Amino acid sequence: MSKVKIPVRQQEAEVRVTNFEEVCLGYNKEEAMKEASRCLECKKPKCVSGCPVEVNIPGFIGKLKEGDIEGAAKVIAKDSSLPAVCGRVCPQENQCEGLCVLGIKSDAVSIGKLEKFVADYSREQNFDLAKTEEANNRKVAVIGSGPAGLACAGDLAKMGYDVTIFEAMHEPGGVLTYGIPEFRLPKDGVVKPEIQNIKSLGVKIETNVIIGRTITIDELLNEEGFEAVFVGSGAGLPKFMGIPGENANGVCSANEFLTRVNLMKAYKEDYMTPVRSGKNVAVIGGGNVAMDAARTAARLGSKTHIVYRRSEAELPARLEEVHHAKEEGVIFDTLTNPTEILVDEKGEVKGMVCVKMELGEPDASGRRRPEVIENSDFIMEVDTVIMALGTSPNPLITSTTKGLDINKWECIVADDNGVTSREGVFAGGDAVTGAATVISAMGAGRKAAKAINEYLKNKEANACNL
Amino acid sequence: MGNKIVKKKQLTDSIYLMDIEAPRVAKASNPGQFIIIKNDEKGERIPLTIADYNNEEGTVSIVFQTVGASTKQLETFEEGDYVADFVGPLGMPSEFVEEDINELKNKKIIFVAGGVGAAPVYPQVKWLKENGIDADVIIGSRTKNLLIFEEEMREVAGNLYVCTDDGTYGFNGRVTDCLKDLVENQGKKYDQAVVIGPMIMMKFMCMLTKELNIPTTVSLNPIMVDGTGMCGACRVNVGGEIKFACVDGPEFDGHLVNFDESMRRQAMYKTEEGRATLKIEEGDTHHHGGCGCGGN
Repeated sequence: MSKVKIPVRQQEAEVRVTNFEEVCLGYNKEEAMKEASRCLECKKPKCVSGCPVEVNIPGFIGKLKEGDIEGAAKVIAKDSSLPAVCGRVCPQENQCEGLCVLGIKSDAVSIGKLEKFVADYSREQNFDLAKTEEANNRKVAVIGSGPAGLACAGDLAKMGYDVTIFEAMHEPGGVLTYGIPEFRLPKDGVVKPEIQNIKSLGVKIETNVIIGRTITIDELLNEEGFEAVFVGSGAGLPKFMGIPGENANGVCSANEFLTRVNLMKAYKEDYMTPVRSGKNVAVIGGGNVAMDAARTAARLGSKTHIVYRRSEAELPARLEEVHHAKEEGVIFDTLTNPTEILVDEKGEVKGMVCVKMELGEPDASGRRRPEVIENSDFIMEVDTVIMALGTSPNPLITSTTKGLDINKWECIVADDNGVTSREGVFAGGDAVTGAATVISAMGAGRKAAKAINEYLKNKEANACNL
Repeated sequence: MGNKIVKKKQLTDSIYLMDIEAPRVAKASNPGQFIIIKNDEKGERIPLTIADYNNEEGTVSIVFQTVGASTKQLETFEEGDYVADFVGPLGMPSEFVEEDINELKNKKIIFVAGGVGAAPVYPQVKWLKENGIDADVIIGSRTKNLLIFEEEMREVAGNLYVCTDDGTYGFNGRVTDCLKDLVENQGKKYDQAVVIGPMIMMKFMCMLTKELNIPTTVSLNPIMVDGTGMCGACRVNVGGEIKFACVDGPEFDGHLVNFDESMRRQAMYKTEEGRATLKIEEGDTHHHGGCGCGGN
C-alpha cells in the first residue's frame, strides 16, 4: 500500500490565473479506486467523528474500492445532501482527514477528494438518490438557502415534511452562490445541480423573499400554516475598519466584490453588473474570504496584495488556499495594518497608509496580540481596497421576530439542537455561531431537522392526548 | 407567480410608470420603502422607490427615468411581459408611519419633490391624507414637460406648489426659491420637511432648511447591489457614522448627511455605466441590420 496519497490533477497556476474554471480537476475512477484502497476501514473510524454531519466514511470508501460508485453515493446521501460542495470546500485537514490514522505516519486518506469524485460521478451518471418517507402534509419553513438551510430542508423532506425555503436573493445557495468563487466551486456545474437534488426531494424554494421585510416569521407561523421555522440566515453583515478614507471610491467589502463577481457574474462581458478591480489591489484580512477575494482580483488582471496584521503562521485561511494564492502571484504583506486610505481630488483611492506590526504576548484567547511598531508607517500604492475583515449576522430577522433572543454579537441564541427562545423556531449555522464553515452550518442544519421532527411529533402526540 | 407588468404608462419623454404584480410586496409595503428589480437573467439589480401599492390588486407601482443601460432595457418591456426578479419592500418605512397620529396632526409638514422624486413622495403624502393629515407639497422640475404626478399629488396634498426652473409652468425658479418664498413672503411655517430628488437638489435644500430651522428628512439613492445589508455598497456618512442606506435608511436626517461624499460615490461606476449603455445602443443598430431594411 502506498504511504503517500494519489495526487490530484489541477490546472497549472499560470493558466488558471487567466480563467475562472475550477482549479482542482479531481480524480478519475481509476485514481479514486487506487486512493480508496489505502483506507484501512477501521472498526472504530475516527474520521467519522471528525465530520460534522458524520458521513459513514469507511462505508462509502468500501463501496468505492469495489468500483460500486452508485453504492458509495447512496451511503453518502444518507448523511449529506451536498457532497459535491463539501468534498470541495471543507477544511478536511482539520476534520475527517485530520483524524485519519494513516495520517500519523504517512498521508491521510484524501477523503474530501474521494467524496468529490463520488458526487461528481453520480451527477454525471444521473444516479437517483432521492429517497423520502411518505408525505405527512405538515409544513416547515426554512429561512435562507445557504448550507444550513439546504441541509435542514433536505433532511426534513426525507422525513416526509412539506418544506419551503425562503431566500432573499434571486438565486439560492447563500455563500455557495455569492461568496465562494467559481474556480473553487463551479455554479452551473456543481451548486445548481446539488440544489436541484434537494428540490427533487420535494423542497420548494421561493427566491426574492426577505424575512423581516416581505413577510415575518410571525406571519409564516400564524397566517401561512407553517408549524415550525428554521432560521439559517447566516452572517452576511460586513465589517469595516472605521479608518479615515474608508468611504472613498475604490474601497468595498469582500462581500460586495464577491457578490458582483460570483452572483452577478460581473467578470462576464454579457452581464450588466460592473465590477471594479484596479491595477493594484489590497485585500485586508487573512481568512478564506480574503483568499477568495485576492484570487478573484488576480483573475481580473490586478496585481494583488493580502494585507494581514498577524504573521503568516496565524493566517486563518486554509493552507491549501494560501498556497494556491501564492502560486497565482498574490503578494503577502503580513504583520502589516492599514491606518488610513489616501484619496485623490476626485475621491478615488490613491494609496494606503500602513504600519508594521510585531507579535506581543499571548492575550486571553491564547493568540499573540499584534502591536504597532512605532514610526513604521509607510505608504502602499493601491487603487482598490477590499475589506475582508469578517461578517456578523444581519439583525433584520431578529429585530422583527418577537421573543427570539440574541446575544451581544447579534447572534441568535440556540442550543446544540437549534432550539431557540421562541417555541417552534429553530436556528443554526452562522446565524447562531457567527461566521464559521460550510460544513459546520450543514451539521447544525441536520441537528435542527432532527429536533424539529421530534418537536412536531411531540406536538402531535400532545394534541392527541387532549 | 408574479413579476408581471400589468400596466405601463409613459409619463414624459424619459420617465415611465409600471405596475408590477407582486402580491407579497404590495401587502408589506409602507411609504418610504423601495424595491430591487432585475430585468432578466443577465441583468443587474437596481433599486427603485415604491410610487404606490395596491394590496387588493397585488400590484406595486414603480417609476423610472431612462438614464442607463438597465432602465433603457426596462423601457422596452411591455404590458404582459415579466421581469426576472422583483424584491421588496426594502429599507425602513418613513418615520411618521410609527409616530403617534395625533401628534403628527399638530405638525405642519412640507414635502419637496425634485424630478422623479415626485414618485416616492406621492405614497407618503397619500398615507398622511388617509390618516387625516394635509401636508403641503412642492414639486419642481427643469421644465414643464418633465413634470410628473401633478394630478395625483393635487388629490392628496394640502397645498400643492409647482415650480419649473425655466418658468414654463407654475412658480418660476428652483424648489429652494419656492420654499424660501413660502416661508419668507407668504408667512408659511413648517415643523418638518421631507425632501426627495437628485442628490444635488437635496443638498441645497438642506442648506436652506438649516437656515430656516426646519428639521429635514431626505431619501438617499446610493449605488446598491443586494439591498439587504450584506455588502455595504450603499454606505453613507450620516453625522460621522457609517450607515447602510438599504437597511438603516433610505431616509436620514438631511442636516447630518455628507452629500459631497455621497455624490462622489454615486459616480463611482459612471464610465462602466456609460460603456454598458453604448453596448446596448450599438447592439440595437446591429439588430436593425444597420441599413434599416430589416433584412427583407
